[in-house]
Amino acid sequence: MATNITKSDELLGLDRDALVEMLRWMILGRRFEERCGEMYQVGEIGGFCHLYIGQEAVAVGALTPLRKDDYVITAYRDHVHGLLCGMDPGRIMAELFGRVAGCSKGKGGSMHLFDPAVGFMGGHAIVGGHLPLAVGIGYAIRYRETDQVCVCFLGDSVANIGAFNESLNMAALFQLPVVFVIENNQYGMGTAVHRAAAIENLADRACAYSGMQGWTIDGMDVLEVRGTIEMAIDRARTHKLPSLIEAKTYRFVGHSMSDPNYGHYRTKEEVSQFKSHDDPIKRFIERLVKRQVISAADLDSLEQEVKKILDDSVEFAKSSPIPQPDDLYSDIYTGEFPGIRRRDPWR
Amino acid sequence: MALITYRDALNQALREEMRRDPDIFLIGEEVGAYQGAYKVSRGLLEEFGEWRVRDMPIAELGFTGLGVGAAMVGLRPIVEYMTWSFALLAIDGIVNAAAKLRYMSGGQFKMPITFRGPSGAANQLAATHSQALEAWYAHVPGLKVVAPATARDAKGLLKSAIRDENPVVFLEGELLYGMKAEVPEDEDFTLPLGVSDVKRPGDDVTIVVHSRPVHSALRATEILEREDGISAELIDPRTLRPMDIDTILDSVRRTNRCVIVEEGWPFCGIGAQIVDDIQREAFDYLDAPVARVTGADAPHPYAGNLEQLHFPQAEYIVKAARRVCYRE
Repeated sequence: MATNITKSDELLGLDRDALVEMLRWMILGRRFEERCGEMYQVGEIGGFCHLYIGQEAVAVGALTPLRKDDYVITAYRDHVHGLLCGMDPGRIMAELFGRVAGCSKGKGGSMHLFDPAVGFMGGHAIVGGHLPLAVGIGYAIRYRETDQVCVCFLGDSVANIGAFNESLNMAALFQLPVVFVIENNQYGMGTAVHRAAAIENLADRACAYSGMQGWTIDGMDVLEVRGTIEMAIDRARTHKLPSLIEAKTYRFVGHSMSDPNYGHYRTKEEVSQFKSHDDPIKRFIERLVKRQVISAADLDSLEQEVKKILDDSVEFAKSSPIPQPDDLYSDIYTGEFPGIRRRDPWR
Repeated sequence: MALITYRDALNQALREEMRRDPDIFLIGEEVGAYQGAYKVSRGLLEEFGEWRVRDMPIAELGFTGLGVGAAMVGLRPIVEYMTWSFALLAIDGIVNAAAKLRYMSGGQFKMPITFRGPSGAANQLAATHSQALEAWYAHVPGLKVVAPATARDAKGLLKSAIRDENPVVFLEGELLYGMKAEVPEDEDFTLPLGVSDVKRPGDDVTIVVHSRPVHSALRATEILEREDGISAELIDPRTLRPMDIDTILDSVRRTNRCVIVEEGWPFCGIGAQIVDDIQREAFDYLDAPVARVTGADAPHPYAGNLEQLHFPQAEYIVKAARRVCYRE
């Protein structure tokens, strides 16, 4: 099912500004996550924190062609998806720091970023739990008869959970404008895909649902991702048909901050091989340089621009206060909830 | 007022609310063409069309999430379960998504969704189809939990649940659907969530009870009056979260005695919470330990005689009331 669409048109007909914008997002995504790693090491960020390093081509290729009024929903490795939707990097960083200026006032953390004002519907940390929500967003789009789409990212392990079948079946049955993008980074935590899924290409499962098209693509090639998703978005927007894209990618770092980059379930050599030969950012840069779209000076200035954004976001996060004790009991319900503290006289 | 069944009262509530607000839609198994497994949604598909009354595949987790996702973008779904026992397959959508999205997004979402369907035992459906799980949901911050015992309460409370901006778990009584009561026909009739109903005033003992056992308890109050001269006050909290505990406490401060009844299992049940509230806030008013009458601490049996034994029957409530009144 591989499309190889980028071979016929290496740059998809995109102009320089669009290409540079994609590269800028990839670099911002990479550097943002590196900075998160540093902030975790110094104790500013706690809890479970899953970095996106190595997978940038998927989110950037998939989200740069979206309209502002489209919806995006993903799992817990969500920082870069939020950024791409237009979330403020400072508010994301402040959320990771557990501060009130965070997008969720410090109550969600790394795995639960939300910003519905820019169409980013989270940030969901129960594996598979958000697929039915994506179907509901798709249902609401049809209900209101608009031409928005919902892009739903999921990890490779989700293809084996019951909610996957329930959701894809309903998306096809009700003809909902939902694009499911499997980010197959080869491991569900530490379990290799072939040890969990009785199928080689996960997108082949699309054939189980009438009207759904599946693609298995090179998720390290940002333009292949973009070219594929543009077709899927057109199917959704114009024809109200769902799609299933499997982008084969790789995470260069551990599953979360507590998992070393290599060790028991994958070798140092395997990780090095991907980093040296299949880094999506290096591959994209090489292509853009070869086609003389960018120069070394352009790269320097992109890095400088990104560094400034990150410095500002860390500064913003550090300057924000921690939540007040009363915030423990706020935002549980809309409106009054009598007696919510009645059984808690000690705090 | 009209004398109608609990089933038709719910149907009226759904129809009136769906006419009032085009953002409301109903999903679930057999809600459309079949007219509802218990005929609660009779006629709604014909009136509102398939986008607003949609039959779902048997996929509780999936269609629960469908409702939650639609609520995240501002619609007002009503999710029907054929029974709350089947909602066990969907509890992640209710507890991890619906109940928490507002909190963990720092208040960015409203969650105007109603989860409803029959709860409790029916006639010999055995263990997997006979359970009262309201304590599970009442445990969860972010949810509201409602369990009406009469047709009037069912209509008024369902309308309020649908209008609420928070996720509401609405537990209907599987054996209450055919029970009739006088119900206001006025489409503006609602009953507020979080307000207890004194179903029978009394002076000697407070009986707190919700859902189908309300009817056992009403029979018990008649026996107590007739045989023992005990005047029992029967309070139905109707909403289990948030619970109107003040009405219960005021009553206990007057009667100084209390029996709490529920269909669910005893351990960590709704009554256990009410006992805690009473001992914490009305300890000095008690003349006897609070008694509880619950479903048996056993899975639900099939055999008819054992099933009867499992349920909190009127005779057990009578015994408990006599005990707390020291009239055994």
